[in-house]
This record gives sequence, structure tokens and C-alpha cells, in this order.
Amino acid sequence: MADFISSYCHIAQNRVLLNGNEVFSSPDEDALNFLKSTYQWLKPGHPKFFKMDGLSKLAFIAAELLLKEEGLISEKEKDIAVVLSNKASSLDTDRKHQESINDAENYYPSPAVFVHTLPNICIGEISIRHKLYSENVFFVSDGFQAAMISNYSEALLKLGKTQRVLAGWVDWDSDSFEAFLYLTNNQGAIAHEAEIVSNLYQRK
Amino acid sequence: MTELINELKEKIITQLNLEDISVEDIADGDALFGSGLGLDSIDALELIVMLDKDYGIKLTDPKEGRKIFETVKVMAAYIEEHRSK
Repeated sequence: MADFISSYCHIAQNRVLLNGNEVFSSPDEDALNFLKSTYQWLKPGHPKFFKMDGLSKLAFIAAELLLKEEGLISEKEKDIAVVLSNKASSLDTDRKHQESINDAENYYPSPAVFVHTLPNICIGEISIRHKLYSENVFFVSDGFQAAMISNYSEALLKLGKTQRVLAGWVDWDSDSFEAFLYLTNNQGAIAHEAEIVSNLYQRK
Repeated sequence: MTELINELKEKIITQLNLEDISVEDIADGDALFGSGLGLDSIDALELIVMLDKDYGIKLTDPKEGRKIFETVKVMAAYIEEHRSK
């Protein structure tokens, strides 16, 4: 059975686009305040958002947007695998942690910062929020590789590892950010193919 | 003691990123974990670091935190007794 892209979103340059249409913007804020404004607009009611690092906040918002769009916000477990990628890994948070341990005389690393010094922690934050006990993977590469992400996702679907996949790119480094996420389904109008994924990514 | 209790409330809100919670929302005897403020295990570690950094108190056994972090009032009493800063 063929798989389709049922919805997709872009978050970059202080704009939120859902299925190609701008649904929210807040141009004059720094990155973290922009995500806070987006959170307040989405109203997920998940206070742990404020304890996350920038990368996790960005991934959380993008996932929330798509699952809300598809009526999937519930307390029920969902069979959705997560396949994410980015360029900067968790570098922004890694730097913050490094700064806190540079001085041996003032050595007070923050546990809350340290727990975010892996990029796949953002998948954990999404999984906790949406009750996903599913397959997941996080790739780090120079740029968004549509073929690799869509092929990997398709393999999970074909192997029966999952019913749906939340996949894409979520990158955060020093106040620069970009997210492109999509959700697959077994029906829809957009075929889940590498070239189409690539085109959607570039239509930001 | 009242001054220290208020100081702790402010630090807890700031350092644990408790959005939408103010000092007035935390009663001196409110449980910090579980059904109270709903803090988690990472928050407990942050509080252990805060005790060390701000009050010179080193907890060698993280399990000690369970009693010490029961409420802000209990925390303040422990700090008053053991602080070196």
C-alpha cells in the first residue's frame, strides 16, 4: 500500500507555515521568545515545554502543530515513528554545558542543561507529549537529505514497524533555527516520495 | 526565615523555569514534588546544585533530597542549619 504525506509544516524566520500556508508569525522576537509566542498561540498546556532547550522546543512545536492539525492530540498511545535530522546536533546546548564546566573553581553544571546534550532528546520530548512508544532515529548531516529521510521512513512503514511516520528536519544553533516536519498516512493527496519531500522542503 | 523562604521561592521559579507560577502561588508548606508543584527528578538535581552553589551545602546522597525538598519551609530550615555561604 502506498503512503502519503497528510500534512507538513515549516518553522523558520519567525513564521509558521502549515501545508504551505502561513498560520502564525511574530517577526520582532528573538528565537526563544518566538517559540514561546508560538506555544502560547497553540495552547498545548504542557508546562514542561519551558524546561526544554531550543531544539526540543522547536521540535515540540512542529510536532504539536501537525498532530493537532490531524486531530491526534489525545491521551491515547499512537503508532507514529519519529525520523528526524539536523545539522547542528545539540551544539547550542553543548556549548552552554561547556561554559558551565570551564572554570574548575566555579564548576556547577546544570542537570537540566546536560540532559539536552543529545539531539534525540527532542524525540523523547515529543514522545512523552504524544505517547509514542515507537521506532525513532535522529540523523545528523550537512543539510536536509530528503531521499534518506523518506526512504528510511518508507522502510519502517513497509516493514510494518509503524503505521505512520513523523519525519523531517529540525535544526537549532545560536538563535538560528529551521524546522520542516511532515506526517505520513495511508491516504492523502501528496505521495510520499523523495522528490516530493524535497520540493516541499524547498517551498518554505 | 521568611526572607530565606521568599528567596527560595524566587530561585525555584527562576532556576526551574516554572512559567506562569509566582512566589504567591507557592505556599510555605506546599509539596514541591508529586501533587504539589509537580517537580521531577531533574528538578531535584537542579535543587541539589543550587544548595551547593548558593549555600555551600553538599549533599553526598541524592536520596537526602527527598526529605530536604519536601516543602520550601523544610528546605529553608535545612539551609539555615547547614549553610556555609
